[in-house]
Amino acid sequence: MKSPFSDRLDRRTALKWIGTAAASSLIKPGAFALNSSPAAEPGVTIAAAYDGPGYGADPDVIKDYAPGELWPLTFDDHQRRTAALLCGLIIPADEHSPSASDLKIHDFIDEWVSSPYPQQAGDRKVILTGLIQLDVTSEARFGKKFVDLKSAQHAELCEELAIVKPEAAPDPSEAAKTKRSLQQFFRTFRNLTAGGFYTTPEGMKDVGYTGNVVLATQPKPPADLLARLGLD
Amino acid sequence: MPLITSSKTQPEYDVIIVGSGAGGGQTAYTLTMEGVKVLMLEAGRSYDPQTETAMFQTGAKAPLRGSSTPDKPFGFFDATIDGGWTSPGEPYVRASPGRANQFKWWRARMMGGRTNHWGRLSFRNGPYDFKPRSRDGLGFDWPLDYEDLESYYERVELLIGVYGENHGMENTPDSAPGVLQPPPAPRVGERLLKKRSADIDVPVVAAHRAVLTQRQDSKNIPAKLHPNNPKAQRVLREAMDSRAACFWATSCGRGCSIKANYQSTTVHLPPALKTGNLDIVPNAMVREVETDDAGRATGVVYIDKTDGTEHRVKARAVVLAASAASTVRIMLNSKSKRFPDGVANSTGLVGKYLMDTVGASVSGQIPMLENLPPLNEDGAGGAHVYAPWWLYKEQIAGKLDFARGYHIEMGSGKMMPKMGTGSGLEKFNGGGSWGKNFKQDVRRYHGSFCGMAGRGEMIPNEDSYCEIDSIVKDQWGIPVLRFYWKWSDHELNQVAHMQQTFADIISACGGRVLSGGPEKDRRDAIHPGGDIIHEVGGAIMGEDRRKSVTNQFGATWDVPNLYLTDGAPFVSNADKNPTLTLMALAWRSSDHLVGELAKGNI
Ligand SMILES: Cc1cc2nc3c(=O)[nH]c(=O)nc-3n(C[C@H](O)[C@H](O)[C@H](O)COP(=O)(O)OP(=O)(O)OC[C@H]3O[C@@H](n4cnc5c(N)ncnc54)[C@H](O)[C@@H]3O)c2cc1C
Ligand code: SF4
Repeated sequence: MKSPFSDRLDRRTALKWIGTAAASSLIKPGAFALNSSPAAEPGVTIAAAYDGPGYGADPDVIKDYAPGELWPLTFDDHQRRTAALLCGLIIPADEHSPSASDLKIHDFIDEWVSSPYPQQAGDRKVILTGLIQLDVTSEARFGKKFVDLKSAQHAELCEELAIVKPEAAPDPSEAAKTKRSLQQFFRTFRNLTAGGFYTTPEGMKDVGYTGNVVLATQPKPPADLLARLGLD
Repeated sequence: MPLITSSKTQPEYDVIIVGSGAGGGQTAYTLTMEGVKVLMLEAGRSYDPQTETAMFQTGAKAPLRGSSTPDKPFGFFDATIDGGWTSPGEPYVRASPGRANQFKWWRARMMGGRTNHWGRLSFRNGPYDFKPRSRDGLGFDWPLDYEDLESYYERVELLIGVYGENHGMENTPDSAPGVLQPPPAPRVGERLLKKRSADIDVPVVAAHRAVLTQRQDSKNIPAKLHPNNPKAQRVLREAMDSRAACFWATSCGRGCSIKANYQSTTVHLPPALKTGNLDIVPNAMVREVETDDAGRATGVVYIDKTDGTEHRVKARAVVLAASAASTVRIMLNSKSKRFPDGVANSTGLVGKYLMDTVGASVSGQIPMLENLPPLNEDGAGGAHVYAPWWLYKEQIAGKLDFARGYHIEMGSGKMMPKMGTGSGLEKFNGGGSWGKNFKQDVRRYHGSFCGMAGRGEMIPNEDSYCEIDSIVKDQWGIPVLRFYWKWSDHELNQVAHMQQTFADIISACGGRVLSGGPEKDRRDAIHPGGDIIHEVGGAIMGEDRRKSVTNQFGATWDVPNLYLTDGAPFVSNADKNPTLTLMALAWRSSDHLVGELAKGNI
């Protein structure tokens, strides 16, 4: 995870904390070290709180939130349909749980890529570019956008993008480069789909997480499990 | 006497306490139970764990699935308000370049401070830990012995409730029978870690944490803690009866609305308020301690953050417990004719010998733990097991290339899924998967991971300190701290040893290392200063007033009615997490202060 520190302080923040007069003599545009502070050394930084848009440092943690409630969403109709389809391909319904699209995980992904925080900026770029690339590739190969492909065609693409075999030397061709960036997109999209899905009650049940309930005593693990692991 | 606003303060108090965390909470508790009239000033807002704790909330209903942001660096539900690695309105300066030399300063600006979300690991320092210099010639000795603090450890353990077990291990003190609460059983993966660690001679035992696994003995403990003080006994009995035992669900880092774990806001402050001897002003940002011509503290000046006004309050004694570095900041900002370099700083030592804990971690995946059946392993909301430092003999015999020990906090379990669940499986499932295969893989791997974190002793050094920055001020115009940091080879070599040991344990479990390990450069493996959030030192105690800031009771040598009861007077920072020791010392200092007040010395 990226450090939440502002390692390079921007000029606006510097001005805020050291005052306009001091700042103008101390800080050259683009260089944010406080050059005239005592014992000046390169690498001196001010750790100042994030003051960009977001829910702030004292949000209501009790209430429920829905995507779109705290900041506007990004996906247009086509992006949303593509994302929903991908969610359902990555996590389809089975005997254990519904699909990620049934649980509207694409709306969560929209919330994620629309986040005002710096942590999600990289994912935003990967996802929004990847959704376009996915259509470009679908059209080049099958003459149709991704949402209009047949299920065998979806499967063919997913198989190629989901499973990344190690390459001895990376193929320098344009086609290989595009494939690699689509694979990165797929991995990011899968991570987000999984994070969104497995944090729902349905997803928790699917992986066998049975906690978050009040109990009078600490539950014991099954004896046969301990025996199998040689821990009895 | 209750939670009040600035306009409602009394003209004079017996004692003013700055800060409401572990140190301030313990001090207020001890003083008010003895009838001392106290005003507590807390820079953060008031906070009610009973209504504000996100106990059962799940990621699905939280922004970004509850994952961390610059506004909430430990996640949306974490019980930290207006804090984190930065705090709104209160910047600080990091003056040492390079990743390993950074000092990161975690604060929580709220009633109860960091105790609302701390890890609750509560270990006693051992006899060696008070005399480190006598043992190996490095750092400093404390002006007291384990025996001086032993009864206070017991009192704090009985008051707050600590689970754990006695193992009779070297320099890892046992508690008297009946003092500790029963520990939780280890989770399945932790049983495996314990068994396989034993195979390579690393002893894994029950962790000690400030969590009630059963209700407190409210019949007998109050009389034990407050003999001959019926009022204190009654107040404490009531407070203990209002605390439930852990119900084996939720994560303690969010806080505990049923008061089953220790937070100052659920354990220290309610009985202290009940005595009628405590006023608390929240949003009160203390700027400086004022002294008279005789060099006695007369009170403090604070800014009321609700309207920016400046206030002066008076008392017979002042206690700083604002967290080590914040206490240093207040002292250095308290300049007067008599104390031109800051109050009680005639030695120039205020700000020196800042310490954190040495930290490094390794994570792994253990194939034996794949495909676990459905399990409820929430447990007591935190660590169940740990490995106390086990190589004292080798170390003193000179067989290791670092002077002080570390313990291992380890864990594995089928925990509540979060952002990150299902990520990274391509590393072991043949390059990645999708569809039903992917779902199968997530089921297979969930709960098969383990984490190990080393927590080691840092030796105080001349290059790790803080001072007032000459330029930067906070939102209220108060000058801020500027931090310098440096690790010595002792810490870096210790981290290399940690990385090797953790990889060995994972191998002993038949697992694979996922991050960290012996290949990792020790400078990359060591956490930056402050990252473990065990900030102590900066106003060390000692026997010699020329070489220390306070005496063994936390009373400053220069100003006898100014006490420090947070981590600032720590002389060393044993691998044992500092807060239990901090509270034991705060209780002892408070007893001393009560005595001085009674004798009329203050
Ligand atoms: C995530 C995390 C996990 C931790 N885990 C453990 C653990 O497992 N075991 C352990 O021993 N320790 C742990 N700690 C450390 C523990 O929280 C601290 O040691 C403990 O809280 C210190 O108590 P304190 O009273 O000194 O400071 P705090 O609890 O920080 O309280 C200080 C209070 O003073 C207030 N204050 C500061 N400046 C001013 C001012 N100028 N005027 C008025 N008020 C002011 C602050 O707002 C704050 O409320 C952990 C910390 C964190 C953050
Ligand atoms: S795990 Fe237990 S002690 Fe911790 S928050 Fe939950 S109920 Fe409280």
